[in-house]
Amino acid sequence: MSLRRWSVTLLAAFVALLTTAPLLWMVSVSFMAPGEAAQFPPPLLPADPTMANYHTLFGSFGIGRFLANSLLVSTLATILALIFTIPAGYAFAKLRFRGRDATFRLLVAALVVPGQIGMLPLFLELKAMGLVNSYAGALVPWLAGIFGIFLVRQYCLSIPDEMLEAARIDGASEGQILRRIVLPILTPIIVTLALFVFLGSWNDFMWPLIVLADQNLYTLPVALAAMSREHVQDNELMMAGAVVTTLPVLILFLALQRFYLSGLLTGSVKG
Amino acid sequence: MSAARRVSEARAGWAMSSPALAAITLFFVFPAIASLFLSFTDFDIYALANLDNLRFVGFQNYARLIENPLFWKAMTNTLLFVALGVPFIVALSLFAAMLVNSRWLAWRPAWRVALFAPYVTTLVATAVVWRYLLHTRYGLVNYLLSLVGIAPIDWLGSPNASLPAILIFVGWKTFGYNMIIFLAALQTVPRELDEAARIDGAGWWTRLRHVTLPAIAPTVLLVSVLTVAGMFQLFAEPYVMTQGGPAQSTVTVLYFMYEEGFKWWNLGSGAAVAFLLFLCILALTLVQLQLAKRSGAI
Repeated sequence: MSLRRWSVTLLAAFVALLTTAPLLWMVSVSFMAPGEAAQFPPPLLPADPTMANYHTLFGSFGIGRFLANSLLVSTLATILALIFTIPAGYAFAKLRFRGRDATFRLLVAALVVPGQIGMLPLFLELKAMGLVNSYAGALVPWLAGIFGIFLVRQYCLSIPDEMLEAARIDGASEGQILRRIVLPILTPIIVTLALFVFLGSWNDFMWPLIVLADQNLYTLPVALAAMSREHVQDNELMMAGAVVTTLPVLILFLALQRFYLSGLLTGSVKG
Repeated sequence: MSAARRVSEARAGWAMSSPALAAITLFFVFPAIASLFLSFTDFDIYALANLDNLRFVGFQNYARLIENPLFWKAMTNTLLFVALGVPFIVALSLFAAMLVNSRWLAWRPAWRVALFAPYVTTLVATAVVWRYLLHTRYGLVNYLLSLVGIAPIDWLGSPNASLPAILIFVGWKTFGYNMIIFLAALQTVPRELDEAARIDGAGWWTRLRHVTLPAIAPTVLLVSVLTVAGMFQLFAEPYVMTQGGPAQSTVTVLYFMYEEGFKWWNLGSGAAVAFLLFLCILALTLVQLQLAKRSGAI
């Protein structure tokens, strides 16, 4: 039995190493001197670790600007998505109003439609509203998060009606019930949802590519894609750029993985 | 419950859901429907400058697309991505899930997180990383292959290898997500069932086919549907890794739509592509559901 335990665990370790190798390699190469990685066989560790690529990135490339853009867009997208989604999810689960179930069924059906279908008209719509080429334009799709409503609703269904009813009898308004009773119960799902939106908007590429034309407004992925077209040969520099782009979300995920994985299952399997 | 309280509850319900519903209508439902109307116009760079230049052209955009070889190339490429990618990614994810679910595995949570990590990374960043990993001369992938005696492959530079190369990247990036879904399903399969089959002398493959797979069939379908939808939405991968090349071998439908719409500013034609893409996703999803019903999976 012990042999079996060892061999299975060893296999898992091997697969895990293979899976994380590209990320480890990215970090390692980002500390190499320019040109060092372009050898055969490819070196795995920097001979003489250097911060030179990061200095170039934050110096002459001004990646700090894109980092700040990404932070701003993702933070605002997260806050706004929570403000729009949480009350709606709660209302669909717990408040009785006419048309509620029919509306919710429509929303579930709309989940099948990928957002890219409406991208061209959305671009024209935002152009008419004067939001093209602005931070606001980049975060607009995150306000329309059907999945978030779905997630919050699913979680709210487990709140006992008696609890809300008791608060109503005590004279609490619906708004007070949401703030004082429901929100504290929802804390775990709020963390999950915030994590989803933050990671989603941080990693998003196609929409910011379309809507942001001004280089000063670029988010990290858009800036990195543009940079990678100009600097194909600068292997080490590009790896440093990839580290700056992806490390923040990777760390955020590792710190809050419990919330992320539990939300993932609520959304896909029970759905 | 008093009538007054019921009215106030209903009013609160609408007040709390209407901001989100308004945003969904304005930024999701309306654009999606407008896409259909846009596809019947000749909206282009002239109309963008002055709406007076906009004309209704009926099915002209669709007729032109059908005659456009690049559109068909994008369609066949995308179907290739589906045909090759779905079995590849489903098998990869199921293998990972079964490994992590193994009763003999130590330190399970650590492996689970390691295998899931690529999914949360930034697509553009890891696509850039993989472009170098797949480099013909200095790439780690070809180096590892050389260790087992395989000659260097020009992954991103040859029209035959570019699509599989992107699929390897997409598989690496997404299998962790499907693995988590499979894991949840596998945990509902009773261990005793598998154990009984093992005692009866059934081998690994037999148990997979006759015990595990039937038990998780609905999940296999779910993951397949999700993967099909994912294959139809490939965009950043070819944009960063190959720019649709070489010889247009990695132009996907979405990449084609992007170029039609935002490179050539043929928004009418781009909207027609978007609508056809939607029909494809809908049709494939319905077909898969139908297949599942017939085989009794649902």
